[in-house]
Amino acid sequence: MINIPSTIRISFRALRVNKMRSSLTMLGIIIGVGAVIAMLAVGTGARQKIAEQISSIGSNLLIVLSGASTSGGRRMGSGTQPSLSLGDAEAIKRECPSVQDVAPVLGGIGQVVFGNMNWSTGVTGTTPSMLAVRDWNLSSGRMFTEDDVKGATKVCILGQTVVDNLFGSIDPVGSVIRINKIPFTVVGVLEIKGQSPGGQDQDDTIYVPITTAQKKLFGTAFPGMIRMMMVKARTVEDLLRAEQEIAELLRQRHKIGQKQEDDFTVRNLTQMLQATEQSTKVMTILLGAIASVSLLVGGIGIMNIMLVSVTERTREIGIRMAVGAKTWDIRLQFIIEALTLSMIGGVAGILVGLGVSEALALFAGWSVIVSPFSVILSFGFSGIVGISFGFYPAYKASLLDPIEALRYE
Amino acid sequence: MGLIEAQGISKTYSFGEVEVRALCPTSLTIEAAEFIAIMGPSGSGKSTLMNILGCLDKPTTGTYLLDGVDVGGLGRDERAEIRNKKIGFVFQGFNLLPRTSAIENVELPLLYDGLSAQDRRQRALTALKKVGLEGREDHHPSQLSGGQQQRVAIARALVNNAPLILADEPTGNLDTKTSAEIMDLFVKLNTGSNITVMLVTHEPDIAAYSRRVIRFLDGCIVSDEVKKAS
Ligand SMILES: Nc1ncnc2c1ncn2[C@@H]1O[C@H](COP(=O)(O)OP(=O)(O)OP(=O)(O)O)[C@@H](O)[C@H]1O
Ligand SMILES: [Mg+2]
Repeated sequence: MINIPSTIRISFRALRVNKMRSSLTMLGIIIGVGAVIAMLAVGTGARQKIAEQISSIGSNLLIVLSGASTSGGRRMGSGTQPSLSLGDAEAIKRECPSVQDVAPVLGGIGQVVFGNMNWSTGVTGTTPSMLAVRDWNLSSGRMFTEDDVKGATKVCILGQTVVDNLFGSIDPVGSVIRINKIPFTVVGVLEIKGQSPGGQDQDDTIYVPITTAQKKLFGTAFPGMIRMMMVKARTVEDLLRAEQEIAELLRQRHKIGQKQEDDFTVRNLTQMLQATEQSTKVMTILLGAIASVSLLVGGIGIMNIMLVSVTERTREIGIRMAVGAKTWDIRLQFIIEALTLSMIGGVAGILVGLGVSEALALFAGWSVIVSPFSVILSFGFSGIVGISFGFYPAYKASLLDPIEALRYE
Repeated sequence: MGLIEAQGISKTYSFGEVEVRALCPTSLTIEAAEFIAIMGPSGSGKSTLMNILGCLDKPTTGTYLLDGVDVGGLGRDERAEIRNKKIGFVFQGFNLLPRTSAIENVELPLLYDGLSAQDRRQRALTALKKVGLEGREDHHPSQLSGGQQQRVAIARALVNNAPLILADEPTGNLDTKTSAEIMDLFVKLNTGSNITVMLVTHEPDIAAYSRRVIRFLDGCIVSDEVKKAS
């Protein structure tokens, strides 16, 4: 009969006798488990952040920019030449069945003043559709209306960062601010949205009617032109179809022939972000795999030490066999020793992993998420490592001949 | 029936072509509560016989009944169990676990017998008391003299109430005075507790403690004398 509690006690004593060696052996597992947890935390955090950004920028988004992405074989920055008009935006909304809504954009930097406070921020001219396109709501007040757009009235809505910098805790709705010295009435405040995928503060913004931007704020040499438009497709599946419909319509409206190049660029923002998310996922798996290798190396370290230990303790094994230890008594003793090393190493590794993740979040500002799954996974993995790498040394020990083992010097 | 009934047991080691006969076919009967000394020159097969009788080794030929059980056909684990229950070993080199207290060394056979921690401790203390090591239970082997270490080993052989103690040169590493003390202890266990003691020795002084002397030469028994009651 195998006496598990005393076998555990025997194993613990053997480990305590060789404290230094035991802790060095554990170090391999500690580093392995710690690495797995920290790596998965970084990966999961990055993915979560991208997922948040995808939903923050608005779902099923296409962006149509002025200018070709290439011009005569030479790459040009898209948006450099204004070629899109408000009419194009209206036509897309009217004629493309896969498109749900369109928001034209013409913007620039504006110096904003309220009382003795001033702030410099991006001012975007657009239409009321913007809120629907970007899945954005107001926290107070109202959005400007189509009538405001038609009449080019001087009204605006503010992002929370602008409110914080100009108004502090005062409710800005109804106040008059000056954008580039022109007075605008604040009619609404946007909900907080946070950072964009590019790391910009999306709340540091002001929206005004697009006509007002064209005529009063950023009058250009090309009247009626817009810089770009944001298009919301009906569903994710409609994104590609919407892309084709828009391209076809614009080529027709801009009278671009078969062989000629487009004077606009359509970008599938959602797809780009999803691709990023996908690559982050791959990166997470890769990081986890690399970290697992170090866990494996830790396991080999355990096997190495256990083999040394079996050889060193040959005589002890002989004594135990002489007084009645059976095959599995000996095997279990060494397996439990290996398991104890790997499990204690696993627990310490989890703590190290949590600490490293916390430190990365605190000092490097990374978004890290330690999922319970990764903790369970690495703990279970370290247990498996202990049993599987402990088995061979234990098996070897149990096969020793008691007479020879007793004679071993 | 005797405690030990061996019929024609022999041991041959073969290295390819060459065969070394360590023990001739030997028949031996040993009754309970005997005190036997085995003597003979080095390499004459004394330890080989002890290992077979102690179920550490299997004879090449012959049958061996220990306490009525035919040990010949038993497997590794079954022989381990026989050693645990029926046999106590005492070695020349003590063979205690280093860095382990006296009481834990004595408890060792009980660990493989599934006893509770409390029972183990109780019985180990009793055994240590029998060998005169009261108060030394927490000493490690390195803190004990040779004679004391051998007493711990004897306590370990006693702890499972085995009917047979096999001691291969138990006084080989001890001085004359300590040897005498250890032999007195064996005599006490033999007469007081009816334990069969079988020991190997080179020294006539040690053999003089026994009541039966078996002499070996080149793997064969050359004489088997039972002394007249003194
Ligand atoms: N494992 C082994 N392999 C081969 N030969 C062995 C083995 N064990 C013992 N022998 C041989 O068997 C013979 C008897 O050995 P054994 O150890 O029984 O002698 P012994 O009487 O105990 O001697 P000593 O007094 O020196 O202890 C010797 O010739 C020895 O070389
Ligand atoms: Mg010998």
